[in-house]
Amino acid sequence: MKKGRYGVHGGQYVPETLMNELIQLEESYERYKNDAEFTQELDQLFREYVGRPSLLYYAEKMTKELGGAKIYLKREDLNHTGSHKINNVLGQALLAKKLGKTRLIAETGAGQHGVATATAAALLGMECEIFMGKEDTERQVLNVYRMELLGAKVHPVFSGTMTLKDAVNEAMREWTSRIHDTHYVFGSVMGPHPFPMIVRDFQSVIGKEAKEQILEKEGKLPDAVVACVGGGSNAMGAFYEFVPHEEVALIGCEAAGKGLDTEEHAATIAKGTIGVFHGMKSYFCQDAYGQIAPVYSISAGLDYPGIGPEHACLHDAGRAKYVPVTDDEAVAAFEYLARTEGIICAIESAHAVAHVRKIAGEMNRDQIIIICLSGRGDKDVAAMARYRGVDLHE
Amino acid sequence: MSKIKHAFQNGTALIGFLTGGDPSIEKSREFILEMVRGGVDLIEIGIPFSDPVAEGSVIQQANFRALSAGTTTDKIFDLVELVRRESEVPIVFLTYLNPVLQYGYERFFKRCDLLGVDGIIIPDLPFEEKAELGDEAEKYGVEIISLVAPTSEERIRTIASEAKGFLYVVSSMGVTGVRSEIQTDLPKMIRLAKEVADIPAAVGFGISNPKQAKEIGKIADGVIVGSAIVKIIEEHGNDAGSFLYEYVKSMKDAIRG
Repeated sequence: MKKGRYGVHGGQYVPETLMNELIQLEESYERYKNDAEFTQELDQLFREYVGRPSLLYYAEKMTKELGGAKIYLKREDLNHTGSHKINNVLGQALLAKKLGKTRLIAETGAGQHGVATATAAALLGMECEIFMGKEDTERQVLNVYRMELLGAKVHPVFSGTMTLKDAVNEAMREWTSRIHDTHYVFGSVMGPHPFPMIVRDFQSVIGKEAKEQILEKEGKLPDAVVACVGGGSNAMGAFYEFVPHEEVALIGCEAAGKGLDTEEHAATIAKGTIGVFHGMKSYFCQDAYGQIAPVYSISAGLDYPGIGPEHACLHDAGRAKYVPVTDDEAVAAFEYLARTEGIICAIESAHAVAHVRKIAGEMNRDQIIIICLSGRGDKDVAAMARYRGVDLHE
Repeated sequence: MSKIKHAFQNGTALIGFLTGGDPSIEKSREFILEMVRGGVDLIEIGIPFSDPVAEGSVIQQANFRALSAGTTTDKIFDLVELVRRESEVPIVFLTYLNPVLQYGYERFFKRCDLLGVDGIIIPDLPFEEKAELGDEAEKYGVEIISLVAPTSEERIRTIASEAKGFLYVVSSMGVTGVRSEIQTDLPKMIRLAKEVADIPAAVGFGISNPKQAKEIGKIADGVIVGSAIVKIIEEHGNDAGSFLYEYVKSMKDAIRG
């Protein structure tokens, strides 16, 4: 396979201005990823700062209630900053520092990646600017303030649909205009090569730990690994270690919003077609002329019209399966997990929980499912109340 | 000789850009003809895209206006057909890869050939991904215009050596848009390119006034003006025709010196 390609997907579809930077980034990454000092530094941050390894928790009540497969939750929600995003961000920020960069920029949807980037910047003494769709800054006011507390400058993006894809557009524009001191911390396994590879590698700690933990607890591999997919970084991180183990089913849950029969969804694999956007070839929600479609999901983190190229390839190869989960199902799962296990997870992660509620009962009791619980749900509490028509203001 | 090279035959060429369908196909036709009357040597027609990542806010807005007015790739081809009834000016498209991919490479370039589109600029198709288009563009005689940027350095030689039509020299970092000053060492970039290829070099990004055009015209074979033209269309809407004529004429006069 050609470098930076995943089947037909991937590639480097970016303006010439960025090409030398991407080439240098790839070279440096290849050098540092096997550098003892670099990996030790990152490993120490993972342990001492993030709180890794994250727990693999046996959801006993959920398992009993659903009456089928044993369900384990990979608790990325317990990481510092509340999601898996920090894994990738610390890796990239350390790398950027080695490259002599002093400033980090990033896009963010729900705000989790923005908060993680602002956190890494604060920790490593770097400048930080975050691009966030105007609509998302309103949906996630608290995360905006969090980023500001951490010393980042948040730019609301007013172009296009004013959501995640537009935030990526704006961050890419900013990067092309100021590259010498700035690293663009892509938040997912997307964008031009080498980003899908770098982000996957830094996130693959999820699957590596989960594999070790499940072998220790159960003495065998899981039958399925389930994760939510927007761009797909927590899913890719959870899947990667298991890809060679064909007996482990890999299931990505994409946002079906108000339903696949409506226009309001972000179900890239179910409804998208092959295209080129944001530096990569992959599946995208778009019209017949190639205009990128406005997408929708209750979850700002899954509200993205594309999917990482490696997921597109796993889909083409039939190695992973991608299923749609609606807003209603996700909200019900959000509430279900809170009541059943006492865990308030991110609405993104609730998409994975929702799918497991559908399949666990059909499986045998000696089978095992691991759900990647990618983030915690504090940020979503207000939105969930709104969804249920509860007014939180006095 | 390709029609694009013809544009560079009579001194420094003035290349004018507009987004097709902003504010309408009929008006774009009129504006293009006004620019030709004002002295433009080559026309760049932007096929609007929902997410033009290489564009600054002025051209982003133009893309948005054009799409809101119902512009499609097919309608842009209609526009070319209308222009071709009255002018033989060399025409190149500027668009992102995705609209071309969705139209189908074979179908797209075949129509370009049929209607008289001479080349295409695709900002998100760098040298490494050129193979993406396969042989279709070449088969139908449509030249893929290559870009070089201030960060290209040693890549300039590689890119220039395979460049067709003209070399698009990006004057500045960042996205398109009017700039008060250009700090890049343009003579060096152009020299590097000319060392390996006998190809016209046209400079774009940030050029808006006659003074800049004159300066750039001294070192380059062509001067590309985009955002400044689109801004006139934004300001004057349907009535922009005469303003475009006057503006283009002033730029061309400055280049002629």
